[in-house]
Amino acid sequence: MNGLKIVVLAKQVPDTRNVGPDAMKADGTVNRSVLPAIFNPEDLNALEQALRLKEMYPGTTVTVLTMGPGRAAEIIREGLYRGADDGVLLTDRAFAGSDTLATSYALALAVRKLAPDLVIGGRQAIDGDTAQVGPQVAEKLGWPQVTYAEEMHFEKEKLIIRRRLERGVETVSSPLPLVVTVNGTAPACRYRHARLVMRYKYARTDTELQTESSDYIAGSRPSVKITEWGIDAIGADPEQLGLSGSPTKVKEIDNVILQAKEARHLTASDKDIESLVKELLESHTIG
Amino acid sequence: MANFYTDNKDLRFHLTHPLMEKIVRLKEMDYRDRDHYDYAPHDFEDAMDNYEKVLEIIGAICADVIAPNAEDVDHEGPQIVDGRVRYARGTQENHEALTRAGVIGMNFPRRFDGLNFPMVPYVMAAELVSRADAGFANIWGLQDCGETILEFASEDIREEFLPRFNKGATAAMDLTEPDAGSDLQAVQLKAHYNEEKGTWMLNGVKRFITNGDAEISLVLARSEEGTTDGRGLSLFVYDKSEGAVKVRRIENKMGIKGSPTCELVFRNAPAKLIGERRMGLIKYVMSLMNGARLGVGAQSVGIAQAAYEEAARYASQRKQFGKTIDQFPAIYEMLTLMRVRVEAMRSLLYETARFVDIYKAWSFIATERPLTKEEREDMKTYTRLADIFTPMVKLISSEWCNIIAYDALQVHGGAGFIKDFPVERLYRDARITSIYEGTSQLQVVAAIRGVTTGGYLAQIREYEKRDVRPELEHLRRRLVTLTDDFEKRVAAVVSAGNNELTDFHSRRMVEMAANIIMGYLLLHDTQRDSGYASSAELFTSVAVSENNMRSGYIAGFEEKELGLFKVS
Repeated sequence: MNGLKIVVLAKQVPDTRNVGPDAMKADGTVNRSVLPAIFNPEDLNALEQALRLKEMYPGTTVTVLTMGPGRAAEIIREGLYRGADDGVLLTDRAFAGSDTLATSYALALAVRKLAPDLVIGGRQAIDGDTAQVGPQVAEKLGWPQVTYAEEMHFEKEKLIIRRRLERGVETVSSPLPLVVTVNGTAPACRYRHARLVMRYKYARTDTELQTESSDYIAGSRPSVKITEWGIDAIGADPEQLGLSGSPTKVKEIDNVILQAKEARHLTASDKDIESLVKELLESHTIG
Repeated sequence: MANFYTDNKDLRFHLTHPLMEKIVRLKEMDYRDRDHYDYAPHDFEDAMDNYEKVLEIIGAICADVIAPNAEDVDHEGPQIVDGRVRYARGTQENHEALTRAGVIGMNFPRRFDGLNFPMVPYVMAAELVSRADAGFANIWGLQDCGETILEFASEDIREEFLPRFNKGATAAMDLTEPDAGSDLQAVQLKAHYNEEKGTWMLNGVKRFITNGDAEISLVLARSEEGTTDGRGLSLFVYDKSEGAVKVRRIENKMGIKGSPTCELVFRNAPAKLIGERRMGLIKYVMSLMNGARLGVGAQSVGIAQAAYEEAARYASQRKQFGKTIDQFPAIYEMLTLMRVRVEAMRSLLYETARFVDIYKAWSFIATERPLTKEEREDMKTYTRLADIFTPMVKLISSEWCNIIAYDALQVHGGAGFIKDFPVERLYRDARITSIYEGTSQLQVVAAIRGVTTGGYLAQIREYEKRDVRPELEHLRRRLVTLTDDFEKRVAAVVSAGNNELTDFHSRRMVEMAANIIMGYLLLHDTQRDSGYASSAELFTSVAVSENNMRSGYIAGFEEKELGLFKVS
């Protein structure tokens, strides 16, 4: 297998794993200012898969693609620290408020422009938990998709992918180009690499360079530049982006308070257990 | 995310010491690499930022990989398979994580794929790794062997071996033999030059070799036939891929079980000479040992930190008589003294690392250009300080790490005696620190020169002159009184003109000096961070009482008592 061109889809998300009491605003939206912005965990699993392919197939390049506000350039830098070759930040006011449909529209256009052999993303992001963006990108590109991936390698010209399913493991194969989404059960992403951190900590987008005074870096290390694309760069239709391009509307948010109402004592007899199983199946709690 | 670097504010405090500006400038030779390597720092702030970012990587690996593996590694240990060492699974994982993060070869120059970091961040990394797993810390710390290659080997050897470290090659220093432990002059492993093959050949046995099956080994061997002392020994570098050294046995140790301690058999093992013949022990190994002693200092501080944390956590959770046990004076005295001691030994460790940094940087610069008179003076000053502080830090931190591990286990009560808690492993791991790389008794032999020549005293008087906060002036006065007493006792012992008497009291005198020095270091720490005031206060009180005890013993000791101690 010759070198591949891989694009990793990554998202900057609020860290919802350790939420405090002020993690949500009164209106039910996420209070992004108190939650640290992190690399979406399953996107890190995706990056690791890409970096492993890069090690297995010399000549492979890994590009991190992220869509978000200017500060999402941090995601590209994080990718560079761990071994990605470059990154593209999709950023434009017109993207603001995009749902998964509008987001996948923009990402698909950017992927088309990058023209990779393989797109790898995390299964889902921890802020929305939709798991829609990866598959939607595949649909818009008209490429096959494989979800819940844990491990992958090439045999002949086909990518062999192990998928983690609810009741077991499935191995599938697919030709390229292809979109793969990676499960959190896949190997954790490697740590940052010392030299890469020192090299890329000054990687900046043009916008960042305008607001920062880092003359030395801009002058002597032009190689560490993060590409920024707006809607013009990818030729997107503004109507299909942002709020106008997003049919998903949050209608209402309920706070669910879980409370135990009553406890029931069961004996360890087969009869009691069987009747409990039956009851849970009937109420669709399990099954 | 757990991180052993960011969770301990002491480390950043020591990393940002004011002397670092000078250290980094010397080490980076005015940042000249910035135009040749796109990862080299362009100024002081940039370099410091690099150190922090890399220590954060190591801190994360320590917390997520090395520490969680420590228990299994302790149980599993390494094995011999076909004359080779196979690490425990966790050991392999640890080494792989650090290698993939590109942090090995931390203070080698960039042209040998190193990071060109000074000693201070390197020693800090050793402390972090030791806190996570003291046994694994040896495998990490043996990259010191690269320093010896860098300082003394030819350019060919440097180019051949140094870049391999960053790619994950491990190292070993093969010094001791069955009949040559503390007394390395007795080394017998034979080196002879094979004219036909044009190479040196090694034959013999080495024993107690940490990580003995490493890819790169520095071997002390007798190259001069017919000699019997240290002047007949040379240092060689052996490459494992030659396949001429067999691991005969791995010792079954009490602690640091993950670190394989090997008995090695050399059979016509081809090796390359480092530097000059006959300089092996008297120059190169002495330098190697100094690095290793600083490494054991770091290892001891790391173990002590881990033991303190285990004790503090247990005591804050364990309830007896209706309250957590850390509310009882007997326990909180132990806990607080542990913390204060860890802070004191850490201050001594990084003070020493700074001294080493400055003299090493000068000696490296001196290989490129002649130093000016002032520069030579500066180098001399710091070389002297490093020489007397290194055995002190090894002595004090290894002994105290044992005291702290002992007390930490004591705080656990019966639970500490059972293998369910990590403190039991820490207690076993601590035990070696005061033994290897020169026993405490040998550190005293090295350190006593600092007492008899007045080296410690001069440095203490230097500390005395520094500014302190007015509210802590009383601490300085107490330390001045201790210093005057120390000076008086030392003078009395030395003036007796009896070397055996000096030897007899040497440990007491070195420890008195160490207490005063650490007292000042903590006091000066409060200049930058008032948070250290209570530690300075507590430490000084303990130092006063400990020194008075030693001083009283020396004052009341009569020379004739020496005879009563002698074993006939």
